[in-house]
Amino acid sequence: MIEENIFFQKNYAVVGNPNSGKTTLFNALTGLRQKVGNYPGVTVEKKLGQFIGQHGEKIELLDLPGTYSLSAHAPDECVTRDVLLGLRSDTPRPDRILCVIDASHLERNLYFITQVLELGIPTIIALNMIDLAQAQGTTIDITKLSSELDVPVIACQANAKETLLPLKIALSRAEITRSSWSQQLPSPWARAIDGVAAIWTHDEEKISQRDPLVRMKSLLLLASPDTEIEGLAKEMNAGSLLGIALAQRSMLDRELPSWREVLVSARYERIMELCQAAQGRTSSTSETMTHHLDEFLTHPVWGWFGFFSVMGLMFISIFVVAAYPMSWIEGAFGCVGNLIREFMPQGDLRDLMCDGIIAGIGGVVTFLPQILILFFFIGLLEDTGYMARAAFLMDRVMSKVGLHGKSFIPLLSSYACAIPGIMATRTIENAKDRLVTILVAPLMSCSARLPVYALMIAALFPAGSVSLWMKGALMMGLYIFGTSAALGFAWLFKKTILRGETSIFLMELPPYRCPVLKHVFLQMMQRAGMFLKRAGTVILGISILLWFVASFPKSNLEKSNHDKSSQLEESYAGRFGHFIEPVIAPLGFDWKIGIGLVAAQAAREVFISTLAIIYHVENDDETPSSLSTTLMKETRPNGMLVYTPLTCLSILVFFVLSMQCISTLSVVRRETNSLLWPLFQFCYMTGAAYLASFLVYQGGKLLGFI
Amino acid sequence: MNIPLAQLESNEEGVVIELPRDERIANRLREMGLLPGTTIVFVRRAPLGDPIEIRLRGYSLSLRKSEAGEIIVQKNKHTPHE
Repeated sequence: MIEENIFFQKNYAVVGNPNSGKTTLFNALTGLRQKVGNYPGVTVEKKLGQFIGQHGEKIELLDLPGTYSLSAHAPDECVTRDVLLGLRSDTPRPDRILCVIDASHLERNLYFITQVLELGIPTIIALNMIDLAQAQGTTIDITKLSSELDVPVIACQANAKETLLPLKIALSRAEITRSSWSQQLPSPWARAIDGVAAIWTHDEEKISQRDPLVRMKSLLLLASPDTEIEGLAKEMNAGSLLGIALAQRSMLDRELPSWREVLVSARYERIMELCQAAQGRTSSTSETMTHHLDEFLTHPVWGWFGFFSVMGLMFISIFVVAAYPMSWIEGAFGCVGNLIREFMPQGDLRDLMCDGIIAGIGGVVTFLPQILILFFFIGLLEDTGYMARAAFLMDRVMSKVGLHGKSFIPLLSSYACAIPGIMATRTIENAKDRLVTILVAPLMSCSARLPVYALMIAALFPAGSVSLWMKGALMMGLYIFGTSAALGFAWLFKKTILRGETSIFLMELPPYRCPVLKHVFLQMMQRAGMFLKRAGTVILGISILLWFVASFPKSNLEKSNHDKSSQLEESYAGRFGHFIEPVIAPLGFDWKIGIGLVAAQAAREVFISTLAIIYHVENDDETPSSLSTTLMKETRPNGMLVYTPLTCLSILVFFVLSMQCISTLSVVRRETNSLLWPLFQFCYMTGAAYLASFLVYQGGKLLGFI
Repeated sequence: MNIPLAQLESNEEGVVIELPRDERIANRLREMGLLPGTTIVFVRRAPLGDPIEIRLRGYSLSLRKSEAGEIIVQKNKHTPHE
């Protein structure tokens, strides 16, 4: 029997506290044999990886989001709970569990791990970071720990491959027994659990009331916060569950008023007994390196110095360093476009290929260097432990507008692109805080706005008229304006439509660690792949659609040797530009700018290439310098200049505030699981942009500017 | 001497006596190991004065003054030597 068994594929779920090195271990075990997907309905990454076990069998690992407790709060923690309880229809309940423990923080790690042991699933414990524990002067009696917890415990270091063999051998074991660990609770608690567990026993006779899964489900339901119990009961999907759970809770209220506290303290008491028996401490001066670093990095003066240096380095890399690969990519796509233009017969198909598909893919891929650098930095900051310090420093600022220190990173990422920023909000546990962060993230000036800013500033200040510093200051001003708008709207939403209980800020400050570069790169590639999949498909679709509205119906003036500018005027896009002219005229925009605004819905930087086509700029190579000189000569039918300083300023203000990115909207739709929120976001941002541009233009005119 | 946790100074040690009334907050604190009877060390305030960092059960946790103000601790007379 056992001989047969050893060759079977084994499926493990990998669980553990955040910062326990869980994902590093997962990466070290599986290498590049990973598949990253998504759990339907939530935007939590689903990472599957595999390796070959000792007997040549496949061992599959599912990396579940890190959590401190089975009573989940954030969306990613809920995924871990639901998979372990078998509540997700898309992911089968794992046959086996690999628990990762940070050996240098044994006590707190064991809280979650002992909860997992009570699920009744065969479990192996990887005692990670054993080197750090030893360096701190902590010795752990592994045999004792293993016998007390009644599961195999294997020491390892995720960042040192040679230490992983014993773990791989253990994971290949044919049989792993279920742990007999169980938490003793006072009698009212035990009765309450029995009372709730009876529901499932009624539903399916096969399930015994002693079934550990049923008991853990009952316990979690009883212990869930008042605001979440209803949702959880619905998820567990068993008849009159909610009513019975509430009745048992009022029984607990009567008979054991401190029932919530007892549940947690009983577990910690047992863990402390266990730690005293299995853990020896030789010295208490732990983590001195982290302590000394924090003296500097969270210092009232030096802390900010460090913070702004890190952020500055990140931004210089994103905007300056990335510019080189970006121009190569742009050039490469231009070449491919030209090649196709030369070798394909003239016609709509060729235009679709060149102006729709190639330009669309190019538009996304061009931003990839920035996205990669952004994700590289985020990965590096997460891995070293600095990310938590950034949130620690910025929480005060964020709390002023009703947000959380953890909202800082998503907003910061949005300077590169709102999509990765919005994807990063899933670590925010409070649903309303998360929504507010998502709603305001696109107000942070993303890099797609940068070319538009550059062009308009160039048109506003002709070469040599003002110093470079002045232009730089205006650029900076636009970023500050966008950021203030984001914080202002966040404050407004928290005060009005998304008013709610203040969120709890509880964050571990993990010890600083040397990052594993391979792990950072892997993470970067996976996240960038996610970005391409999310944004790429939408942008491509929109590019094709925009190509269509800009190319049809065909202009009558075909004889005029393929005049692109008059073709655009006759097209649906051109007609739409004329159609909206009365609406945008009060902002100082004419119908040509209108076409640009329509086209910018694919991505903001398309505004420039569209203007280049409209104004018939020779060899439309999107160089702002040549385009800006053309713009400055442009006149209205009455002979007045179109791009007066006031109009340029109005365009700038409009671009800072307006929502012109359909791919962001589609990501928001997925993240919020509703159509209402992206629609609301579009309306409030575009409305604010209209109003602000209106005030700038009309106010400026009143004050006598032109 | 029983005082709110937020009023401790750097490197002062205290034993938790009482958790915030709000069950939601109290529960999260408990799960992170902050229970009545737990010894904590006040490490530092953030540069802007809020949040604060404390050490307990061998790890560092940061929380806001608003929550730390409702946690009552008994201040230990001796301070740990760093």
